Amino acid sequence: MDDATRPDQVREEIEVALEGHNADYVEIRLDDTASNRIVYRGRELEEIGRTRSSGGNVRALVKGGWGFVSFNDLSGLRERVAEAVGQARHVGSESSALAELDPIVDSVIPGRVKDPRTIPLATKKALLDHYNETMLSVPGVTSTNITYWDGHKRVTFANSEGSYIEQERIDVVSRLAATARKNGDMQQASSSLGALNDFSYVETLEESARQLGEKAVALLAAPYAKGGTYTVVLDPVLAGVFCHEAFGHLSESDFVYENDRMKEIMVLGRQFGQKHLNIVDGAAVPDLRGSFKYDDEGVPATKTDLIRDGILVGRLHSRETAGKMGEPVTGNARALDYRFPPIVRMTNTYIEPGDTPFDDLIADIEEGVYACDWYGGTTSMEMFTFSAGEAYMIRNGKVAELVRPVKLTGNLFTTLMNIDSLGNDMGFNQGGGCGKGGQMPLPVSNGSPHIRIRDCVVGER
Amino acid sequence: MRDEGDASLVEIDSILTAAKRAGAQQAEVYSVRTEETPVRFEANRLKEVSSRETSGAALRVIVNGRIGFASSTRPDDVAELVEAAVETAPFGPEARLDFPSNGEAAEVDVFDTDVESMPVDTMIETGRSLIDDVLQVETQLLCDAYVRRAVATVTVANSNGGLFAYRGSGYSAWLHGTLIKGTDMLFVGDGDASCGSQLDLAAARASIAGQLERSRGMAAVRTAEMPVIFTPLGVAGALTMPLVMAFSGRMVHQGQSPLVGKLGEQLYEKSLSLWDDATLGTRAGSRPFDDEGVPSRRTALIENGVVRNFLYDLQTAGIAGTSSTGNGERSLAAQPSISTANLVLSTGSSRFDEMVSDVREGLVVEELMGAGQGNVLGGDFSGNVLLGYKIENGEIVGRVKDVIVAGNVHEALARVTLGSEGRWVGGTLFTPPLMFERLSVSAKA
Repeated sequence: MDDATRPDQVREEIEVALEGHNADYVEIRLDDTASNRIVYRGRELEEIGRTRSSGGNVRALVKGGWGFVSFNDLSGLRERVAEAVGQARHVGSESSALAELDPIVDSVIPGRVKDPRTIPLATKKALLDHYNETMLSVPGVTSTNITYWDGHKRVTFANSEGSYIEQERIDVVSRLAATARKNGDMQQASSSLGALNDFSYVETLEESARQLGEKAVALLAAPYAKGGTYTVVLDPVLAGVFCHEAFGHLSESDFVYENDRMKEIMVLGRQFGQKHLNIVDGAAVPDLRGSFKYDDEGVPATKTDLIRDGILVGRLHSRETAGKMGEPVTGNARALDYRFPPIVRMTNTYIEPGDTPFDDLIADIEEGVYACDWYGGTTSMEMFTFSAGEAYMIRNGKVAELVRPVKLTGNLFTTLMNIDSLGNDMGFNQGGGCGKGGQMPLPVSNGSPHIRIRDCVVGER
Repeated sequence: MRDEGDASLVEIDSILTAAKRAGAQQAEVYSVRTEETPVRFEANRLKEVSSRETSGAALRVIVNGRIGFASSTRPDDVAELVEAAVETAPFGPEARLDFPSNGEAAEVDVFDTDVESMPVDTMIETGRSLIDDVLQVETQLLCDAYVRRAVATVTVANSNGGLFAYRGSGYSAWLHGTLIKGTDMLFVGDGDASCGSQLDLAAARASIAGQLERSRGMAAVRTAEMPVIFTPLGVAGALTMPLVMAFSGRMVHQGQSPLVGKLGEQLYEKSLSLWDDATLGTRAGSRPFDDEGVPSRRTALIENGVVRNFLYDLQTAGIAGTSSTGNGERSLAAQPSISTANLVLSTGSSRFDEMVSDVREGLVVEELMGAGQGNVLGGDFSGNVLLGYKIENGEIVGRVKDVIVAGNVHEALARVTLGSEGRWVGGTLFTPPLMFERLSVSAKA
């Protein structure tokens, strides 16, 4: 099947393939992605290229056991279904439990602010050339990295219950990094950004590029923070990463549904934070990297309250985890591409703003750390770490000297309780890609106001 | 077996011909087809059996001295592939390479028919017995496990007459166990990977049993500089990436490696040597040639503490005025980049228990969480000790939590004690335990 194949012909082939499968549930998902990639390292453009990736998969459920077959060659779908059903039958020995879902037939083509496919490669390259030159022109910057990627993805989903959904999306992501080097010491400042269905932001990165260059150079002269326990204030970008790592992953029900002890820990009604803390996830929040209309099981996107007034009130589900736990579906089953089955993932995850102005957040901190932006983050559920891209000491209620990037770590259960003040602002970080079960980078966003955390462990690099 | 999908030799030939006709001075097709069967266990039970086929071709062209690139999972659509590659070339980097004509490939065993023909039931049995064995050590453990076999056909062909093709196989098994008490979570895990059907799962079992044994109690840590011992798992997770990055010829050429200008200098402990070796029989990273057709070899990175070589692919070698070390590695969607195959770190003379008994107050690190974040380029590593133990007066006294260990790998390896008991970790790194006299340890006050 390709562009020349009529959509109704594709649909007929899929529907025929799904007939008489002899399983509790079967789904077929096809996707087709066309992408552009541009990479710079220093003054040299390292790579420019186009990629077309298309393929499909069949997932089958028999007596609680799953079979999954993925392929590039889309002919013989019926045989693929038989293969997946055969695998599922091999595994299944208990009972299947998928949350109920009414069949949906829909076709979703999102509105586009600025479609990167309408921008000539020459224009994209000229923009990036300029940003690269901007970073390199800062005295002291010795090298740079730029990675730009845009991808247009078309997904067709059908299941044995009668759903048939076509969806399209366009992702634009970029990472700019400047490196400064002096006497064998090397520091880097970087910024990862992204947008859904819109190229526009890529056109306005000049100021950001210059600042990255200056920051990398400034870091060479900056001291390391002294490791230890501090009151920390996180900017909205880093607080968003914290929200994703420290709490978001724990709310993914596939870590919970087969694990009685995790069920005890994650019992609804448990207090996780102070009364001002509210955390939400939802692909139904529009126009962010984690937004969509249907997830990869054909479940409509929702907005799920995870923590409300400090209390655990919800969690993220696939149809299987919702079915096994007897809770409503949330539309959080997502797959990176056709090579993978959908698993429970976050979408747009954020802490709702409070009412404290920034100056008041830091006013009574004698010695603390103000940490901004991010390198990355990871979690073990109980413990999390995330690294700031930029950090300053807070002294006597004021933001003081720049220090080298720090790493923050803590125990989820105590740290959420230690968030004692929430800013009255809000920001979203759209440049990240989430990884889980070998599926990375999945487009997500996370957001937060400035937040203050008491007693947070800070590592010095 | 079907053979659509990856580019057949006829298709490769027609792609190369079409590329030349479209104006390419040189052209190269990289074609790969992978068939993979993962078996997955969740919460001690068999959960999913899958099969994955991935195939496609990537085309590099040199047009007017510049490199264009395109790849597709539909290589039968020759016109689209060639057009996309040629279209990108005017914007591409200046070509500093010639695609190699036929040369000698390394003699290395990377295909095992026993892997190709392995029944799914055997894989299920392997996973189940690994879980059962570990459950005997700790009945409350919840285990996720996977057992995976894969067979790949790789072909690299170019317009200079170079044609390189081989089949490789891969077999791996891994177990992750979780033990929850209250809100305390303990994570253990280990496994093995190989080109062949024989895995050293006895070592993985012993390692996991040791992790469980040493984690029975908890121990407190204070913020200080102290001796830290990294087990082979700890070395693999926290130290390898920031170290090896500095040896990338690309990083060196761009001034992004702290090793710029340090070739021939002794920067590391005198007993420390490190090689990259793609020619080791059945090791998971081995191959007869790299993804550009350059023969595999053994390259010394560090010899007796001295910085010996950097690693190169064709384009980077051309830029730097040297030759490729056969370290060009690629996926379908991107052009080759420099990557190691199998890393081998030299062993020393100290037994692990001797190292421990020498420490009055210190840590053993099995896994640092988040170690790959931060200023990795400069060699910094730091992470939360996801699995690690406290040493007091020469004995391991319990597991630690809420602790960050941080350092710089280049500084740390200048004074390191190498353990005598080396092992393969994850199939592509051979390392002994390493002991550092003083690393920064930050603990919850």
